[in-house]
Amino acid sequence: MSNARLRLAFEAVPGVVETREAYAETTLVVDPARLVEACTHLRDEEGFNLLSDIAATDYLGWGEPGVAGYIGTAAGRDLHEPGSQGLAQVPTPKPKRFSVSYHLLRVGDDPARVRVQVWLDEGEAVATLVPVWPAADWFEREAWDMFGVRFEGHPNLVRILMPDDWEGHPLRKDYPLGGEPVRFSGED
Amino acid sequence: MTVVPSTRIYEGTRIPPRVPTILDVDPHKHDLGDILRVNFGPNHPSTHGVLRLIVDLDGEAIAGIEAVIGYLHTGFEKTMEEKSWWKSVTYPARIDYLGFHANELEYVLAIEKLLGIDVPRRATWARMALAELNRIHSHLVWLGTAALELGAISMFWYAFDDRDAVLDLFELAGGTRFHTRYVQAGGLAEDLPPGFTDEVRKFCAAMPKSVDEYEAILDKQKIWLERTKGIGLLSAEDALALGQSGPVLRASGVDWDLRKNMPYLAYDEVDFDVPVYANGDVYDRYKVHMDEMRESVRIVLQCCDQLDEMDGEPWIADDRKVVLPPRHELHTSMESLIYHFKIVTEGYRVPEGEVYVVIESPRGEAGCYLVSDGGARPWRVKFRAPSFAALQATATVVQGALIADMVAVAASLDFIMGDTDR
Repeated sequence: MSNARLRLAFEAVPGVVETREAYAETTLVVDPARLVEACTHLRDEEGFNLLSDIAATDYLGWGEPGVAGYIGTAAGRDLHEPGSQGLAQVPTPKPKRFSVSYHLLRVGDDPARVRVQVWLDEGEAVATLVPVWPAADWFEREAWDMFGVRFEGHPNLVRILMPDDWEGHPLRKDYPLGGEPVRFSGED
Repeated sequence: MTVVPSTRIYEGTRIPPRVPTILDVDPHKHDLGDILRVNFGPNHPSTHGVLRLIVDLDGEAIAGIEAVIGYLHTGFEKTMEEKSWWKSVTYPARIDYLGFHANELEYVLAIEKLLGIDVPRRATWARMALAELNRIHSHLVWLGTAALELGAISMFWYAFDDRDAVLDLFELAGGTRFHTRYVQAGGLAEDLPPGFTDEVRKFCAAMPKSVDEYEAILDKQKIWLERTKGIGLLSAEDALALGQSGPVLRASGVDWDLRKNMPYLAYDEVDFDVPVYANGDVYDRYKVHMDEMRESVRIVLQCCDQLDEMDGEPWIADDRKVVLPPRHELHTSMESLIYHFKIVTEGYRVPEGEVYVVIESPRGEAGCYLVSDGGARPWRVKFRAPSFAALQATATVVQGALIADMVAVAASLDFIMGDTDR
């Protein structure tokens, strides 16, 4: 399917707040309140029958360390462009702390992928997609376990990778990397 | 693309209505007083790793099941956030520890997509050859362990013997048998050694005969047929709804292979077929695995021919900001020395962005969602594990099975716990 046709198809998806295209991938940013509507439309009207992945991301601390203008590509920095050297380039700020990206795949004669993305603050919940694609079950549990993102209406939102009584959400940026304290022989 | 209608396998859907991944005991079919809850695992030889299955048994029939995972969770994704791009390449290989090349490849492809770097074609074809050898390796282990669990103990030894031959090839190319860390952003870490393609061709000459032998042992063996035919049914619709991919999906009648339908690397330039079977049972998944081994041999031979033609070409991109310069340059070029120092200490930086790269690993759709903030380390890496999705289907495929069938069905889903738990 040509990019133009794909774009046209995505204009009909309800609840889309923003469409981004980069690296030959399309991201549909959707209003969290209309997620189920959007995904049902994509499944039924556009034929995205396989939910490939649900990935939550924590953007706490995004852009803070300051990224200098040395990017590892052939384009690099321009020596003749004053001010581009050593100038801190901060990444574009994000609207909220968490993003949940749903990667959809159309298995069929016209293969296509799309990313549906919602943005959430800490404590904000989003509707579950289990009624739309049963495959969402464990992926949403993992997002809850690792990030603390609540999925309203999920039939079994309990921890999946961490022990059941674990406290905290490990993949959050304010959760320590952890590790065992090193003990040396001869110490008590 | 043809999809066999699901009603050939069973009517309607068998996905449990309350929670898709938990099969609840149906009080209309079973007397609740007869139910015995048994815990399988996490330490159990038949569970392909640390998988825990909580099974409700009515006599020998399975009335309810729940798969519990997380016993091998080691925090790959969080650890990789602290490592530079170059050093973090060692981690993905250990996620799916049988199909290690696939994980390395998807991660490196994602980095290269963000970098916008051009990979020389010698590296692309070599990656393809190694990916297919890895597929053969993974299927051999699957075959050996699946047959072992059903009682065909000698299959284990035959399959592992052939597997050792593949591992020798990896050792020849990358220096280690497993987790070669051979792919790097930009191409391969080092050139293929001379004589590599000859060794691969020797292996490929012997492999189809091995597959013939395996099929001679199992294909028409009465016990094998009784234990795998009609067991573990999964219709195409249910498979798609549950996010299945790879051999499981192809055994349910869906003609879908990313190498053919959404080609990456140079898969659109090689000639191979995709095996699709329509019965959706354990036997068909076995047949898909066997046929895929043959097809992989075909692909590898074509790659060898191409690689011989490309002998002498560069194996990694020329971009010194990302790729380490050749060591001999460090003696003469100041810039190379600086690049080497910067890359080894700080690491290269990848432009800001997010990508999702998916490849066809031996288990199916394996993807890497990568978010970069423009810095020297990944901001977020999420690996889409095909085994994670495969285990979600446990509650659906095991319906109507006996306890002994559960072993066969679980084996046929071809999951790796490292992949599932990460």
